[in-house]
Amino acid sequence: MLQVKEIYKTFNPGTVNEKRALNGASLTLEEGEFVTVIGGNGAGKSTFLNAVAGVWPVDAGSIVIDGEDVTGLCEYKRAKYLGRVFQDPMTGTAADMEIQENLALAARRGQRRGLGWGISGKERERYHEMLKILDLGLEDRMTSKVGLLSGGQRQALTLLMATLQKPKVLLLDEHTAALDPKTAAKVLETTERIVTENHLTTMMVTHNMRDAIAHGNRLIMMNEGKVILNIAGEEKKKLTIEELLHKFEEVSGTEFTNDKAILS
Amino acid sequence: MSIASLFSAMPGNVAQGIIWGIMALGVFMTYKLLNFADLTVDGSFATGGAVTVILVTSGWSVPSALVMACIAGILAGMVTGILHTVLGIPDILAGILSQIALYSINLNIMGGKANVAVSVDRYNLLISLRFVPKTIVIAALFAIVLIALMYWYFGTSQGCAIRATGSNPAMSRAQGININLMKVITLALSNGVVALSGGLMAQYQGFADINMGRGAIVIGLAAVIIGEVLGHALFGKRMNFIIRMLFVVLGGVVYYIVIGIVLWLRMPTNDLKLFTAIIVAIFLAVPYLRGQAKSSFRKAAKRGGNV
Ligand SMILES: Nc1ncnc2c1ncn2[C@@H]1O[C@H](COP(=O)(O)OP(=O)(O)O)[C@@H](O)[C@H]1O
Ligand SMILES: [Mg+2]
Repeated sequence: MLQVKEIYKTFNPGTVNEKRALNGASLTLEEGEFVTVIGGNGAGKSTFLNAVAGVWPVDAGSIVIDGEDVTGLCEYKRAKYLGRVFQDPMTGTAADMEIQENLALAARRGQRRGLGWGISGKERERYHEMLKILDLGLEDRMTSKVGLLSGGQRQALTLLMATLQKPKVLLLDEHTAALDPKTAAKVLETTERIVTENHLTTMMVTHNMRDAIAHGNRLIMMNEGKVILNIAGEEKKKLTIEELLHKFEEVSGTEFTNDKAILS
Repeated sequence: MSIASLFSAMPGNVAQGIIWGIMALGVFMTYKLLNFADLTVDGSFATGGAVTVILVTSGWSVPSALVMACIAGILAGMVTGILHTVLGIPDILAGILSQIALYSINLNIMGGKANVAVSVDRYNLLISLRFVPKTIVIAALFAIVLIALMYWYFGTSQGCAIRATGSNPAMSRAQGININLMKVITLALSNGVVALSGGLMAQYQGFADINMGRGAIVIGLAAVIIGEVLGHALFGKRMNFIIRMLFVVLGGVVYYIVIGIVLWLRMPTNDLKLFTAIIVAIFLAVPYLRGQAKSSFRKAAKRGGNV
Protein backbone atom coordinates (compact mmCIF):
# COMPACT_ATOMS: atom_id res chain seq x y z
CA MET A 1 0.00 0.00 0.00
CA LEU A 2 2.90 2.31 0.81
CA GLN A 3 6.37 2.05 -0.68
CA VAL A 4 8.97 4.54 0.41
CA LYS A 5 12.31 4.02 -1.29
CA GLU A 6 15.57 5.59 -0.14
CA ILE A 7 14.27 9.08 0.63
CA TYR A 8 16.62 11.91 1.52
CA LYS A 9 15.85 15.35 2.92
CA THR A 10 18.26 18.06 4.01
CA PHE A 11 16.89 21.20 5.66
CA ASN A 12 18.60 24.58 5.12
CA PRO A 13 21.22 23.18 2.72
CA GLY A 14 24.38 25.23 2.39
CA THR A 15 23.85 27.14 5.64
CA VAL A 16 25.22 26.70 9.15
CA ASN A 17 21.84 25.23 10.04
CA GLU A 18 22.15 22.49 7.45
CA LYS A 19 20.47 19.36 8.79
CA ARG A 20 20.13 16.04 7.02
CA ALA A 21 16.87 14.82 8.54
CA LEU A 22 16.25 11.87 6.22
CA ASN A 23 19.19 9.80 5.12
CA GLY A 24 17.98 7.10 2.78
CA ALA A 25 14.94 5.97 4.74
CA SER A 26 12.91 3.14 3.23
CA LEU A 27 9.72 1.40 4.26
CA THR A 28 7.12 -0.84 2.65
CA LEU A 29 3.69 -1.28 4.18
CA GLU A 30 1.24 -3.95 3.07
CA GLU A 31 -2.46 -3.22 3.08
CA GLY A 32 -3.86 -3.31 6.60
CA GLU A 33 -0.48 -3.20 8.32
CA PHE A 34 -0.38 -1.09 11.48
CA VAL A 35 3.17 -0.05 12.20
CA THR A 36 4.30 1.83 15.30
CA VAL A 37 7.32 4.09 14.91
CA ILE A 38 9.77 4.90 17.68
CA GLY A 39 13.14 6.63 17.82
CA GLY A 40 15.05 9.28 19.74
CA ASN A 41 14.36 13.00 19.57
CA GLY A 42 15.29 14.30 16.14
CA ALA A 43 15.55 10.82 14.63
CA GLY A 44 13.46 11.97 11.66
CA LYS A 45 10.11 10.38 12.51
CA SER A 46 8.02 13.49 11.91
CA THR A 47 10.11 14.33 8.87
CA PHE A 48 9.40 10.88 7.45
CA LEU A 49 5.65 11.30 7.89
CA ASN A 50 5.82 14.81 6.42
CA ALA A 51 7.68 13.44 3.42
CA VAL A 52 4.92 10.89 2.85
CA ALA A 53 2.32 13.66 3.22
CA GLY A 54 4.20 15.90 0.77
CA VAL A 55 4.64 18.90 3.06
CA TRP A 56 7.73 19.66 0.90
CA PRO A 57 9.40 17.71 -1.92
CA VAL A 58 12.07 15.13 -0.97
CA ASP A 59 15.62 15.59 -2.29
CA ALA A 60 15.86 12.04 -3.60
CA GLY A 61 13.99 8.76 -3.48
CA SER A 62 10.41 7.85 -4.30
CA ILE A 63 7.08 7.47 -2.58
CA VAL A 64 4.39 5.21 -4.00
CA ILE A 65 0.89 4.97 -2.53
CA ASP A 66 -1.32 2.12 -3.71
CA GLY A 67 0.63 1.79 -6.93
CA GLU A 68 0.65 5.49 -7.78
CA ASP A 69 3.94 7.37 -7.66
CA VAL A 70 3.14 10.50 -5.64
CA THR A 71 6.71 11.80 -5.29
CA GLY A 72 5.89 14.76 -7.54
CA LEU A 73 2.46 15.59 -6.08
CA CYS A 74 2.09 18.56 -3.73
CA GLU A 75 0.52 18.26 -0.31
CA TYR A 76 -3.08 19.13 -1.14
CA LYS A 77 -3.13 16.78 -4.12
CA ARG A 78 -1.79 13.89 -2.05
CA ALA A 79 -4.31 14.57 0.69
CA LYS A 80 -6.97 12.40 -0.91
CA TYR A 81 -4.91 9.28 -0.12
CA LEU A 82 -3.98 10.24 3.43
CA GLY A 83 -5.51 10.73 6.83
CA ARG A 84 -3.37 12.67 9.28
CA VAL A 85 -3.41 13.48 12.97
CA PHE A 86 -0.74 15.73 14.43
CA GLN A 87 0.93 16.13 17.80
CA ASP A 88 -0.51 19.59 18.44
CA PRO A 89 -4.31 19.37 18.86
CA MET A 90 -4.60 22.86 17.29
CA THR A 91 -3.13 21.70 13.98
CA GLY A 92 -5.75 19.26 12.77
CA THR A 93 -8.96 21.28 12.98
CA ALA A 94 -10.31 24.71 12.01
CA ALA A 95 -11.00 26.41 15.36
CA ASP A 96 -13.37 29.07 13.94
CA MET A 97 -15.64 26.50 12.33
CA GLU A 98 -18.32 24.23 13.74
CA ILE A 99 -17.69 20.58 14.64
CA GLN A 100 -20.00 19.44 11.85
CA GLU A 101 -18.38 21.84 9.35
CA ASN A 102 -14.95 20.40 10.16
CA LEU A 103 -16.27 16.90 9.53
CA ALA A 104 -17.87 18.02 6.27
CA LEU A 105 -14.57 19.53 5.13
CA ALA A 106 -12.86 16.21 5.79
CA ALA A 107 -15.60 14.25 4.05
CA ARG A 108 -14.80 16.21 0.87
CA ARG A 109 -11.08 15.52 0.95
CA GLY A 110 -9.85 14.95 -2.58
CA GLN A 111 -13.06 16.17 -4.18
CA ARG A 112 -13.63 19.34 -6.15
CA ARG A 113 -14.81 22.12 -3.83
CA GLY A 114 -17.71 23.42 -5.89
CA LEU A 115 -20.94 25.26 -5.26
CA GLY A 116 -22.88 22.38 -3.73
CA TRP A 117 -23.85 22.72 -0.09
CA GLY A 118 -20.94 22.57 2.34
CA ILE A 119 -22.92 20.15 4.49
CA SER A 120 -26.18 18.28 3.90
CA GLY A 121 -28.91 17.08 6.26
CA LYS A 122 -27.99 13.47 5.58
CA GLU A 123 -24.40 14.14 6.52
CA ARG A 124 -25.48 15.72 9.79
CA GLU A 125 -27.27 12.51 10.77
CA ARG A 126 -24.25 10.43 9.83
CA TYR A 127 -21.90 12.65 11.86
CA HIS A 128 -24.26 12.56 14.80
CA GLU A 129 -24.04 8.77 14.88
CA MET A 130 -20.26 8.76 14.49
CA LEU A 131 -19.75 11.32 17.25
CA LYS A 132 -21.97 9.29 19.54
CA ILE A 133 -19.58 6.36 19.22
CA LEU A 134 -16.68 8.60 20.34
CA ASP A 135 -18.55 8.95 23.63
CA LEU A 136 -17.34 12.49 24.37
CA GLY A 137 -20.71 14.18 24.25
CA LEU A 138 -19.81 15.91 20.98
CA GLU A 139 -22.94 14.65 19.23
CA ASP A 140 -24.97 17.26 21.14
CA ARG A 141 -22.58 20.08 20.30
CA MET A 142 -22.32 19.67 16.55
CA THR A 143 -22.81 23.38 15.89
CA SER A 144 -20.26 24.45 18.52
CA LYS A 145 -17.01 26.00 17.31
CA VAL A 146 -14.12 23.54 17.51
CA GLY A 147 -12.07 26.19 19.30
CA LEU A 148 -14.20 25.53 22.40
CA LEU A 149 -13.15 21.88 22.64
CA SER A 150 -10.44 20.41 24.86
CA GLY A 151 -7.24 18.99 23.39
CA GLY A 152 -8.43 15.42 23.79
CA GLN A 153 -11.77 16.18 22.14
CA ARG A 154 -10.00 17.90 19.27
CA GLN A 155 -7.66 14.93 18.74
CA ALA A 156 -10.58 12.49 18.76
CA LEU A 157 -12.38 14.72 16.25
CA THR A 158 -9.26 14.98 14.07
CA LEU A 159 -8.98 11.20 14.13
CA LEU A 160 -12.58 10.90 13.01
CA MET A 161 -11.93 13.47 10.26
CA ALA A 162 -8.83 11.59 9.10
CA THR A 163 -10.78 8.37 8.71
CA LEU A 164 -14.19 9.67 7.59
CA GLN A 165 -13.16 8.88 4.06
CA LYS A 166 -11.13 5.69 4.26
CA PRO A 167 -7.53 6.81 3.71
CA LYS A 168 -5.01 4.59 1.90
CA VAL A 169 -2.57 5.39 4.67
CA LEU A 170 -3.26 6.88 8.10
CA LEU A 171 -0.40 8.94 9.53
CA LEU A 172 -0.41 9.58 13.29
CA ASP A 173 2.44 11.71 14.61
CA GLU A 174 2.58 11.43 18.42
CA HIS A 175 -1.10 12.31 18.42
CA THR A 176 -1.51 11.56 22.12
CA ALA A 177 1.72 13.20 23.32
CA ALA A 178 0.10 16.53 24.24
CA LEU A 179 -2.72 14.95 26.24
CA ASP A 180 -2.96 13.99 29.90
CA PRO A 181 -2.48 10.23 30.51
CA LYS A 182 -6.16 9.43 30.93
CA THR A 183 -7.23 11.31 27.80
CA ALA A 184 -4.27 9.88 25.90
CA ALA A 185 -5.36 6.36 26.79
CA LYS A 186 -8.89 7.07 25.61
CA VAL A 187 -7.75 8.57 22.29
CA LEU A 188 -5.41 5.62 21.78
CA GLU A 189 -8.25 3.20 22.44
CA THR A 190 -10.36 5.02 19.86
CA THR A 191 -7.45 4.87 17.44
CA GLU A 192 -7.12 1.11 17.90
CA ARG A 193 -10.84 0.63 17.34
CA ILE A 194 -11.07 2.77 14.21
CA VAL A 195 -7.93 1.25 12.67
CA THR A 196 -9.04 -2.33 13.35
CA GLU A 197 -12.65 -1.80 12.26
CA ASN A 198 -11.67 -0.21 8.99
CA HIS A 199 -8.61 -2.34 8.40
CA LEU A 200 -6.52 0.81 7.86
CA THR A 201 -2.90 0.85 6.78
CA THR A 202 -1.40 2.94 9.57
CA MET A 203 1.86 4.53 10.75
CA MET A 204 1.77 5.66 14.35
CA VAL A 205 4.68 7.56 15.84
CA THR A 206 4.83 7.36 19.62
CA HIS A 207 7.36 8.19 22.30
CA ASN A 208 5.83 5.62 24.57
CA MET A 209 7.56 2.26 24.10
CA ARG A 210 4.83 0.43 25.94
CA ASP A 211 2.22 1.76 23.48
CA ALA A 212 4.52 0.99 20.58
CA ILE A 213 4.72 -2.62 21.70
CA ALA A 214 1.07 -2.96 22.69
CA HIS A 215 -0.39 -1.61 19.45
CA GLY A 216 -0.06 -2.56 15.82
CA ASN A 217 1.38 -5.61 14.16
CA ARG A 218 4.76 -4.21 13.31
CA LEU A 219 7.30 -1.90 14.94
CA ILE A 220 10.06 0.13 13.36
CA MET A 221 12.75 2.23 14.95
CA MET A 222 14.32 5.26 13.34
CA ASN A 223 17.72 6.78 14.00
CA GLU A 224 19.58 9.54 12.16
CA GLY A 225 17.12 9.65 9.30
CA LYS A 226 17.01 5.92 8.65
CA VAL A 227 14.85 2.96 9.59
CA ILE A 228 17.26 0.86 11.64
CA LEU A 229 15.03 -1.76 13.16
CA ASN A 230 12.01 -3.68 11.94
CA ILE A 231 10.14 -6.13 14.15
CA ALA A 232 7.00 -7.95 13.04
CA GLY A 233 4.82 -10.97 13.66
CA GLU A 234 5.40 -13.24 16.64
CA GLU A 235 8.62 -11.45 17.54
CA LYS A 236 6.71 -8.21 17.97
CA LYS A 237 4.06 -9.84 20.13
CA LYS A 238 6.66 -11.18 22.55
CA LEU A 239 8.76 -8.02 22.60
CA THR A 240 9.67 -6.33 25.91
CA ILE A 241 10.96 -2.83 26.57
CA GLU A 242 14.33 -4.12 27.80
CA GLU A 243 14.76 -6.16 24.63
CA LEU A 244 13.86 -3.15 22.53
CA LEU A 245 16.39 -0.89 24.25
CA HIS A 246 19.00 -3.57 23.93
CA LYS A 247 18.31 -4.02 20.24
CA PHE A 248 18.54 -0.30 19.70
CA GLU A 249 21.97 -0.10 21.28
CA GLU A 250 23.08 -3.09 19.26
CA VAL A 251 22.01 -1.64 15.93
CA SER A 252 22.95 2.00 16.44
CA GLY A 253 25.95 1.63 18.71
CA THR A 254 24.60 4.43 20.94
CA GLU A 255 22.30 4.68 23.89
CA PHE A 256 18.63 5.47 23.33
CA THR A 257 18.32 9.22 23.82
CA ASN A 258 14.64 10.01 24.00
CA ASP A 259 14.40 10.83 27.69
CA LYS A 260 10.62 10.97 27.53
CA ALA A 261 10.45 7.44 26.18
CA ILE A 262 12.27 5.37 28.73
CA LEU A 263 9.76 3.15 30.45
CA SER A 264 7.13 5.85 30.46
CA MET B 1 -25.05 74.30 15.27
CA SER B 2 -28.74 73.66 15.56
CA ILE B 3 -30.15 70.22 16.23
CA ALA B 4 -32.25 70.66 13.12
CA SER B 5 -29.17 70.89 10.93
CA LEU B 6 -27.84 67.71 12.50
CA PHE B 7 -31.06 65.87 11.73
CA SER B 8 -31.33 67.19 8.22
CA ALA B 9 -27.86 65.81 7.52
CA MET B 10 -28.63 62.36 8.98
CA PRO B 11 -30.35 60.74 5.97
CA GLY B 12 -27.35 61.60 3.82
CA ASN B 13 -25.04 60.03 6.37
CA VAL B 14 -27.17 56.90 6.45
CA ALA B 15 -27.06 56.64 2.66
CA GLN B 16 -23.28 57.01 2.56
CA GLY B 17 -22.99 54.60 5.47
CA ILE B 18 -24.84 51.88 3.59
CA ILE B 19 -22.68 52.34 0.49
CA TRP B 20 -19.52 52.11 2.59
CA GLY B 21 -21.11 49.21 4.44
CA ILE B 22 -21.30 47.33 1.12
CA MET B 23 -17.64 48.10 0.65
CA ALA B 24 -17.03 46.77 4.16
CA LEU B 25 -18.66 43.44 3.19
CA GLY B 26 -15.76 43.07 0.77
CA VAL B 27 -13.28 43.85 3.53
CA PHE B 28 -15.11 41.38 5.78
CA MET B 29 -14.46 38.55 3.29
CA THR B 30 -10.72 39.06 3.26
CA TYR B 31 -10.02 40.40 6.74
CA LYS B 32 -12.41 38.22 8.74
CA LEU B 33 -12.96 35.08 6.68
CA LEU B 34 -9.65 34.69 4.85
CA ASN B 35 -7.52 36.36 7.53
CA PHE B 36 -5.81 38.51 4.88
CA ALA B 37 -5.36 42.27 5.35
CA ASP B 38 -5.95 43.43 1.77
CA LEU B 39 -4.98 47.01 0.96
CA THR B 40 -5.96 46.67 -2.71
CA VAL B 41 -9.36 48.11 -1.79
CA ASP B 42 -8.18 51.73 -1.69
CA GLY B 43 -7.43 51.36 -5.38
CA SER B 44 -10.25 49.08 -6.46
CA PHE B 45 -12.91 51.32 -4.86
CA ALA B 46 -11.78 54.16 -7.11
CA THR B 47 -11.52 51.75 -10.04
CA GLY B 48 -15.18 50.89 -9.56
CA GLY B 49 -16.08 54.58 -9.53
CA ALA B 50 -13.95 55.39 -12.55
CA VAL B 51 -15.22 52.52 -14.69
CA THR B 52 -18.84 53.27 -13.81
CA VAL B 53 -18.62 57.01 -14.58
CA ILE B 54 -16.65 56.59 -17.80
CA LEU B 55 -18.99 53.91 -19.15
CA VAL B 56 -22.18 55.74 -18.15
CA THR B 57 -20.99 59.00 -19.69
CA SER B 58 -20.13 57.18 -22.89
CA GLY B 59 -23.63 55.81 -23.20
CA TRP B 60 -23.68 52.50 -21.29
CA SER B 61 -26.65 51.69 -19.10
CA VAL B 62 -25.99 52.00 -15.38
CA PRO B 63 -26.48 48.28 -14.57
CA SER B 64 -24.08 47.13 -17.27
CA ALA B 65 -21.56 49.77 -16.19
CA LEU B 66 -21.79 48.44 -12.63
CA VAL B 67 -21.22 44.89 -13.87
CA MET B 68 -18.07 46.07 -15.68
CA ALA B 69 -16.93 47.91 -12.55
CA CYS B 70 -17.36 44.70 -10.63
CA ILE B 71 -15.33 42.76 -13.19
CA ALA B 72 -12.56 45.37 -13.05
CA GLY B 73 -12.45 44.93 -9.27
CA ILE B 74 -12.33 41.15 -9.64
CA LEU B 75 -9.32 41.47 -11.94
CA ALA B 76 -7.57 43.79 -9.49
CA GLY B 77 -8.15 41.30 -6.67
CA MET B 78 -6.80 38.48 -8.80
CA VAL B 79 -3.61 40.43 -9.40
CA THR B 80 -3.09 40.86 -5.66
CA GLY B 81 -3.81 37.16 -5.18
CA ILE B 82 -1.30 36.15 -7.80
CA LEU B 83 1.35 38.52 -6.41
CA HIS B 84 0.86 36.85 -3.05
CA THR B 85 0.47 33.18 -3.96
CA VAL B 86 2.49 32.70 -7.14
CA LEU B 87 5.19 35.29 -6.49
CA GLY B 88 5.37 34.89 -2.72
CA ILE B 89 4.93 38.59 -1.83
CA PRO B 90 3.63 39.14 1.73
CA ASP B 91 -0.08 40.00 1.93
CA ILE B 92 0.16 43.64 2.99
CA LEU B 93 2.82 44.40 0.40
CA ALA B 94 0.94 42.61 -2.40
CA GLY B 95 -2.09 44.80 -1.66
CA ILE B 96 -0.02 47.99 -1.56
CA LEU B 97 1.57 47.16 -4.92
CA SER B 98 -1.84 46.65 -6.53
CA GLN B 99 -3.14 49.80 -4.90
CA ILE B 100 -0.28 51.91 -6.28
CA ALA B 101 -0.58 50.33 -9.71
CA LEU B 102 -4.32 51.02 -9.70
CA TYR B 103 -3.68 54.72 -9.13
CA SER B 104 -2.14 54.95 -12.60
CA ILE B 105 -4.68 52.60 -14.11
CA ASN B 106 -7.57 54.61 -12.65
CA LEU B 107 -6.10 57.82 -14.07
CA ASN B 108 -5.88 56.14 -17.46
CA ILE B 109 -9.46 54.91 -17.20
CA MET B 110 -10.55 58.51 -16.53
CA GLY B 111 -8.62 59.75 -19.56
CA GLY B 112 -5.89 61.38 -17.50
CA LYS B 113 -8.29 63.49 -15.46
CA ALA B 114 -8.35 63.32 -11.67
CA ASN B 115 -12.08 63.91 -11.54
CA VAL B 116 -14.89 63.09 -13.95
CA ALA B 117 -18.47 64.19 -13.31
CA VAL B 118 -21.65 62.28 -14.06
CA SER B 119 -24.74 64.41 -13.71
CA VAL B 120 -27.96 62.90 -12.48
CA ASP B 121 -29.81 65.36 -14.74
CA ARG B 122 -28.30 63.92 -17.88
CA TYR B 123 -27.98 60.25 -16.99
CA ASN B 124 -30.40 57.79 -15.51
CA LEU B 125 -28.43 57.12 -12.32
CA LEU B 126 -29.67 54.58 -9.77
CA ILE B 127 -28.85 56.79 -6.80
CA SER B 128 -27.86 60.36 -6.10
CA LEU B 129 -27.41 62.70 -3.15
CA ARG B 130 -30.22 64.72 -4.69
CA PHE B 131 -32.62 61.84 -3.93
CA VAL B 132 -31.51 60.60 -0.55
CA PRO B 133 -34.54 58.48 0.47
CA LYS B 134 -34.48 56.65 -2.86
CA THR B 135 -30.73 56.16 -2.41
CA ILE B 136 -31.22 54.62 1.01
CA VAL B 137 -33.79 52.14 -0.31
CA ILE B 138 -31.74 51.12 -3.33
CA ALA B 139 -28.43 50.87 -1.46
CA ALA B 140 -30.13 48.83 1.24
CA LEU B 141 -31.52 46.50 -1.44
CA PHE B 142 -28.02 46.05 -2.85
CA ALA B 143 -26.73 45.26 0.62
CA ILE B 144 -29.48 42.73 1.35
CA VAL B 145 -29.07 40.90 -1.95
CA LEU B 146 -25.31 40.82 -1.43
CA ILE B 147 -25.66 39.46 2.10
CA ALA B 148 -28.00 36.75 0.82
CA LEU B 149 -25.53 35.80 -1.91
CA MET B 150 -22.63 35.73 0.55
CA TYR B 151 -24.67 33.66 3.00
CA TRP B 152 -25.29 31.11 0.27
CA TYR B 153 -21.73 31.15 -1.10
CA PHE B 154 -19.91 30.77 2.20
CA GLY B 155 -22.17 27.82 2.98
CA THR B 156 -21.12 25.94 -0.17
CA SER B 157 -18.21 23.50 -0.28
CA GLN B 158 -16.06 26.19 -1.85
CA GLY B 159 -17.07 28.81 0.70
CA CYS B 160 -16.35 26.40 3.55
CA ALA B 161 -12.94 25.70 2.01
CA ILE B 162 -12.26 29.47 2.00
CA ARG B 163 -13.23 29.79 5.65
CA ALA B 164 -11.06 26.80 6.53
CA THR B 165 -8.14 28.38 4.67
CA GLY B 166 -8.55 31.51 6.77
CA SER B 167 -8.89 29.59 10.00
CA ASN B 168 -6.12 26.99 9.60
CA PRO B 169 -4.13 26.81 6.37
CA ALA B 170 -2.08 23.76 7.44
CA MET B 171 -5.21 21.78 8.22
CA SER B 172 -6.78 22.93 4.96
CA ARG B 173 -3.88 21.60 2.92
CA ALA B 174 -4.06 18.31 4.82
CA GLN B 175 -7.74 18.17 3.84
CA GLY B 176 -6.85 18.57 0.20
CA ILE B 177 -7.77 22.23 -0.17
CA ASN B 178 -5.83 24.28 -2.72
CA ILE B 179 -5.33 27.20 -0.39
CA ASN B 180 -3.64 29.41 -2.99
CA LEU B 181 -6.65 29.08 -5.27
CA MET B 182 -8.98 29.88 -2.37
CA LYS B 183 -7.00 33.04 -1.60
CA VAL B 184 -7.12 34.25 -5.21
CA ILE B 185 -10.86 33.55 -5.45
CA THR B 186 -11.62 35.43 -2.23
CA LEU B 187 -9.47 38.42 -3.12
CA ALA B 188 -11.17 38.57 -6.53
CA LEU B 189 -14.69 38.41 -5.09
CA SER B 190 -13.88 40.87 -2.33
CA ASN B 191 -12.51 43.48 -4.70
CA GLY B 192 -15.45 42.89 -7.03
CA VAL B 193 -17.76 43.92 -4.19
CA VAL B 194 -15.53 46.87 -3.29
CA ALA B 195 -15.55 48.11 -6.90
CA LEU B 196 -19.34 47.75 -7.02
CA SER B 197 -19.67 50.00 -3.98
CA GLY B 198 -17.22 52.41 -5.61
CA GLY B 199 -19.55 52.52 -8.60
CA LEU B 200 -22.47 53.29 -6.30
CA MET B 201 -20.52 55.98 -4.47
CA ALA B 202 -19.55 57.70 -7.74
CA GLN B 203 -23.23 57.89 -8.71
CA TYR B 204 -24.21 59.13 -5.28
CA GLN B 205 -21.71 61.98 -5.24
CA GLY B 206 -22.06 62.63 -8.97
CA PHE B 207 -18.43 62.13 -9.92
CA ALA B 208 -15.51 59.74 -9.82
CA ASP B 209 -12.34 60.99 -8.22
CA ILE B 210 -8.85 59.54 -8.28
CA ASN B 211 -8.68 59.88 -4.49
CA MET B 212 -12.16 58.62 -3.66
CA GLY B 213 -10.76 55.35 -2.27
CA ARG B 214 -8.07 56.84 -0.12
CA GLY B 215 -8.36 55.32 3.34
CA ALA B 216 -11.11 52.92 2.20
CA ILE B 217 -9.45 50.02 4.04
CA VAL B 218 -9.62 51.95 7.30
CA ILE B 219 -13.28 52.87 6.83
CA GLY B 220 -14.02 49.26 5.88
CA LEU B 221 -12.24 47.98 8.98
CA ALA B 222 -14.06 50.56 11.08
CA ALA B 223 -17.41 49.28 9.81
CA VAL B 224 -16.42 45.63 10.32
CA ILE B 225 -15.17 46.22 13.84
CA ILE B 226 -17.91 48.60 14.99
CA GLY B 227 -20.44 46.11 13.60
CA GLU B 228 -18.80 43.27 15.47
CA VAL B 229 -18.75 45.10 18.78
CA LEU B 230 -22.39 46.20 18.38
CA GLY B 231 -23.50 42.75 17.28
CA HIS B 232 -21.82 41.16 20.26
CA ALA B 233 -23.40 43.64 22.62
CA LEU B 234 -26.89 43.08 21.21
CA PHE B 235 -26.88 39.41 20.24
CA GLY B 236 -23.98 37.85 22.14
CA LYS B 237 -23.68 34.15 21.40
CA ARG B 238 -26.81 34.12 19.25
CA MET B 239 -25.00 36.07 16.53
CA ASN B 240 -25.07 33.94 13.38
CA PHE B 241 -23.47 34.53 10.00
CA ILE B 242 -26.37 36.58 8.55
CA ILE B 243 -26.51 38.83 11.59
CA ARG B 244 -22.76 39.25 11.49
CA MET B 245 -22.95 40.54 7.92
CA LEU B 246 -25.94 42.77 8.64
CA PHE B 247 -23.93 44.34 11.41
CA VAL B 248 -21.02 44.97 9.06
CA VAL B 249 -23.30 47.17 6.95
CA LEU B 250 -24.80 48.66 10.08
CA GLY B 251 -21.25 49.36 11.27
CA GLY B 252 -20.78 51.50 8.16
CA VAL B 253 -23.98 53.41 8.91
CA VAL B 254 -23.00 53.99 12.54
CA TYR B 255 -19.59 55.16 11.44
CA TYR B 256 -21.09 57.78 9.10
CA ILE B 257 -23.58 58.92 11.70
CA VAL B 258 -20.69 59.48 14.11
CA ILE B 259 -18.85 61.36 11.39
CA GLY B 260 -21.98 63.45 10.85
CA ILE B 261 -22.11 64.33 14.54
CA VAL B 262 -18.42 65.14 14.64
CA LEU B 263 -18.76 67.47 11.66
CA TRP B 264 -21.80 69.04 13.24
CA LEU B 265 -19.66 69.73 16.29
CA ARG B 266 -17.48 71.77 13.90
CA MET B 267 -14.47 69.53 13.87
CA PRO B 268 -12.33 70.70 10.92
CA THR B 269 -12.78 68.40 7.91
CA ASN B 270 -9.01 68.18 7.70
CA ASP B 271 -8.92 66.23 10.96
CA LEU B 272 -11.49 63.67 9.86
CA LYS B 273 -9.02 60.99 8.81
CA LEU B 274 -7.06 61.44 12.03
CA PHE B 275 -10.30 60.98 13.91
CA THR B 276 -11.13 57.83 11.90
CA ALA B 277 -7.69 56.35 12.54
CA ILE B 278 -8.05 56.92 16.26
CA ILE B 279 -11.51 55.32 16.34
CA VAL B 280 -10.31 52.24 14.45
CA ALA B 281 -7.18 51.96 16.60
CA ILE B 282 -9.31 52.04 19.74
CA PHE B 283 -11.72 49.40 18.47
CA LEU B 284 -8.84 47.17 17.30
CA ALA B 285 -7.10 47.57 20.64
CA VAL B 286 -10.09 46.82 22.85
CA PRO B 287 -10.11 43.00 22.47
CA TYR B 288 -6.34 42.88 22.99
CA LEU B 289 -6.38 45.12 26.05
CA ARG B 290 -9.29 43.16 27.48
CA GLY B 291 -7.20 39.99 27.22
CA GLN B 292 -4.26 41.80 28.79
CA ALA B 293 -6.40 42.95 31.67
CA LYS B 294 -7.21 39.31 32.41
CA SER B 295 -3.60 38.16 32.42
CA SER B 296 -0.87 40.77 32.66
CA PHE B 297 2.59 40.67 34.18
CA ARG B 298 1.76 43.60 36.39
CA LYS B 299 -1.17 41.70 37.89
CA ALA B 300 0.95 38.60 38.22
CA ALA B 301 3.50 40.65 40.17
CA LYS B 302 0.75 41.95 42.43
CA ARG B 303 -0.64 38.48 43.02
CA GLY B 304 2.86 37.20 43.72
CA GLY B 305 3.42 40.02 46.20
CA ASN B 306 0.28 39.13 48.10
CA VAL B 307 1.33 35.61 48.97
N1 LIG C 1 11.20 22.24 8.77
C1 LIG C 1 12.42 21.99 9.30
N2 LIG C 1 13.43 22.88 9.13
C2 LIG C 1 14.65 22.63 9.63
N3 LIG C 1 14.98 21.54 10.34
C3 LIG C 1 14.02 20.63 10.56
C4 LIG C 1 12.70 20.81 10.04
N4 LIG C 1 11.95 19.74 10.41
C5 LIG C 1 12.77 18.93 11.10
N5 LIG C 1 14.02 19.45 11.19
C6 LIG C 1 15.17 18.81 11.85
O1 LIG C 1 15.28 17.51 11.35
C7 LIG C 1 15.59 16.61 12.41
C8 LIG C 1 14.55 15.54 12.50
O2 LIG C 1 13.37 16.12 13.05
P1 LIG C 1 12.01 15.34 13.31
O3 LIG C 1 11.68 14.54 12.13
O4 LIG C 1 11.03 16.35 13.74
O5 LIG C 1 12.40 14.40 14.53
P2 LIG C 1 11.49 13.45 15.40
O6 LIG C 1 12.00 12.08 15.14
O7 LIG C 1 11.72 13.84 16.83
O8 LIG C 1 10.08 13.63 14.98
C9 LIG C 1 15.73 17.44 13.66
O9 LIG C 1 17.09 17.73 13.86
C10 LIG C 1 14.97 18.70 13.34
O10 LIG C 1 15.51 19.80 14.03
MG1 LIG D 1 8.37 14.45 15.93
